[in-house]
Amino acid sequence: MSMPSDGTGATVEPALGTLPETAAAPAAAPGERPPLRPPLPRPVLIARVVIGVALSVVALYAPFYFTPENNRIISQALYLSIAAMGLNLLTGFTGQVSIGHGAFFGVGAFTTAILMVDHGWTFEATIPVAAVLSGLVGMLVGFPALRVRGLQLALVTLALAVLFPRLASKYVEGAGGVALLRPRRSEFASLIDGLDDDQWAYFVCLVIAVVLFVLAWNLVRGRMGRAMVAVRDQEIAATTVGVNLAGTKVGTFALSAAYAGVAGSLSVMIDRIADATNPILYLQRSIEFLVAMVIGGAATILGPAVGAFLLVWLRRNTEDLIEGKEILAPAIFGAALIAIVYVLPEGVVGGVRRLLARLGRRSSGSAARPGPASASDVPDDSNNPGGSHDEGT
Amino acid sequence: MQLFVEQVINGIGNGLVYGSVALALVIIFRTTGILNFAQGEMALFSTYITWKLASESDGFGLPIVAAIGVSMAIAFVAGAVIERVLIRPVEQARSPLNVVIVTLGLFLGLNSVAQLIFGTDPQLMPSPFPEGNVELFSSGGDAVVVSKDTIGLIAVLVAECILLWLLLQRTNLGLKLRAVASNPDSARLQGIRAGTMLMLGWGMAAAIGALAGSLVASQRTGFDGSLMQIIIVYAFAAAALGGFDSLIGAVVAGLIVGIADALTVQYVDALEGIEVIVPLGLILVVLVILPNGLFGRRTVERV
Repeated sequence: MSMPSDGTGATVEPALGTLPETAAAPAAAPGERPPLRPPLPRPVLIARVVIGVALSVVALYAPFYFTPENNRIISQALYLSIAAMGLNLLTGFTGQVSIGHGAFFGVGAFTTAILMVDHGWTFEATIPVAAVLSGLVGMLVGFPALRVRGLQLALVTLALAVLFPRLASKYVEGAGGVALLRPRRSEFASLIDGLDDDQWAYFVCLVIAVVLFVLAWNLVRGRMGRAMVAVRDQEIAATTVGVNLAGTKVGTFALSAAYAGVAGSLSVMIDRIADATNPILYLQRSIEFLVAMVIGGAATILGPAVGAFLLVWLRRNTEDLIEGKEILAPAIFGAALIAIVYVLPEGVVGGVRRLLARLGRRSSGSAARPGPASASDVPDDSNNPGGSHDEGT
Repeated sequence: MQLFVEQVINGIGNGLVYGSVALALVIIFRTTGILNFAQGEMALFSTYITWKLASESDGFGLPIVAAIGVSMAIAFVAGAVIERVLIRPVEQARSPLNVVIVTLGLFLGLNSVAQLIFGTDPQLMPSPFPEGNVELFSSGGDAVVVSKDTIGLIAVLVAECILLWLLLQRTNLGLKLRAVASNPDSARLQGIRAGTMLMLGWGMAAAIGALAGSLVASQRTGFDGSLMQIIIVYAFAAAALGGFDSLIGAVVAGLIVGIADALTVQYVDALEGIEVIVPLGLILVVLVILPNGLFGRRTVERV
């Protein structure tokens, strides 16, 4: 177990449970300890700042430029990216495949809707409650995950997604006796003068998304993140170097579910509905999250956001691509998914990162510098999120 | 008592359907290590083909048994082609999640193309079995009555399982298939064409799905694009319960799920509408106690 020392790779963070504090020391020359994270080259740093500022300006100006309908769609992409990020923490970084995140999303959505419709809460106050409740449900699901792994776990979570709408339709009664809640439109009104309702909704989503993405970014770069990656890559080895397996898994499950719950809560604001009448709706949601994560780039920070926007854009453009043949939209959508996986097996962010690394290597010769690893400093070996996949064959 | 027996028999009928689809999942999983989310929609598509071939009014009016046979043959070829064209190139990227995305893309695509070609209205599938009921035996004055449909379904699916078992355990081809499943590289070194075997595995799975789908559709008063949605969930459940690499396990687990479901529907009123919680809860309990399922092999992991 030594620090990977190839200077050409895009990122050189150890992946396999090598906690740098212990592993870096023997690999380094005596007396000097290499910095944990080599400083970025100046052009990369400048490029990052420029891109960051430009993106912020675009994000802040966008709601005033677009129509309310488009703002709604962008907000959908924002809450979708939060949920995909949650799944990414669990599946991308920790290697626990879940097809049940739609259920956590639903818990969040119904928490918000019930609190608003039946108890008269204001929308903004329900978000933390939704996060905590879905986090608790996630924690409960995390315990079987200590025993059940790989595909079996995927199946357990699948069961969750199938069960949720049935449970909801049995125990939730909205208008007309069906499990469908619609908080009044006025309750989502803008809290700031000068902002229209759709713009306000957009900013709520944007702020929460940014906060949660920064949180995730910090998390995966720290001790917890290394533990997560270690669990993904080699569970047994991780425990032998002192990773708390149960804590990591259950904690990640809870956090990941809380992300999905927040996304569900926000979806009530954007879509103005919490609906459990369609028995496979939450399964479809789970699939959406998974798709957004994989096409964006699993185990990257920007991946889920890129994937979510790509997904929403694709869906929007496949919907009315063929006049009068709307039924074909899922087929085009499915074909597009397959095409993306063909062309960019590591997702969009993974592909861009590889491209940049190649360009960087060409321009600076084979200098022992890490390539410009775009905005996310995470281990590159994200190709095997389903950690223990080969069991049973 | 008589009601109980009838429900158990119905449960066995449904359970064999779940078990068959689970068998298809397990065959694909064993040979390629992939969880095929598109299995249900592949079966749906084949079911529509069967219907098109057999229907008197909208189709070619073939006898239903011939129609099922032709449809299974088409499904076999299509399954092999899907493996070669769509799955294998992506699989070489060594990322299981990417293959999952491909099967999900297939799932969406097949469902919508099927509805585009064959329409969204419910269709009626002719039954290959004679109409009417059979009185099995009477217990204390009450006769146990089961429809011939159900008995036929049970007979066909049991025969299918036995044939499959014979194929895998008693033939040269089966030996090769199992060799590839257990270790593709070693199998290649022995001169087995691993790629061909993988295509065969997918073809077999697709054909099994075609049979199960057609038979289920013939039992319903009409089927549409949502035919396989619940069946596939139960089949996944059965595959997980059976341990994912055991063919016998898949069938037994399918039966357990089917019977548990039928009895819950009949006897537990408190769970009306959420009967699905029983098989799913059962699976959760079993998996927590036996993480490799009822029949799965324990895996030794090297670090």
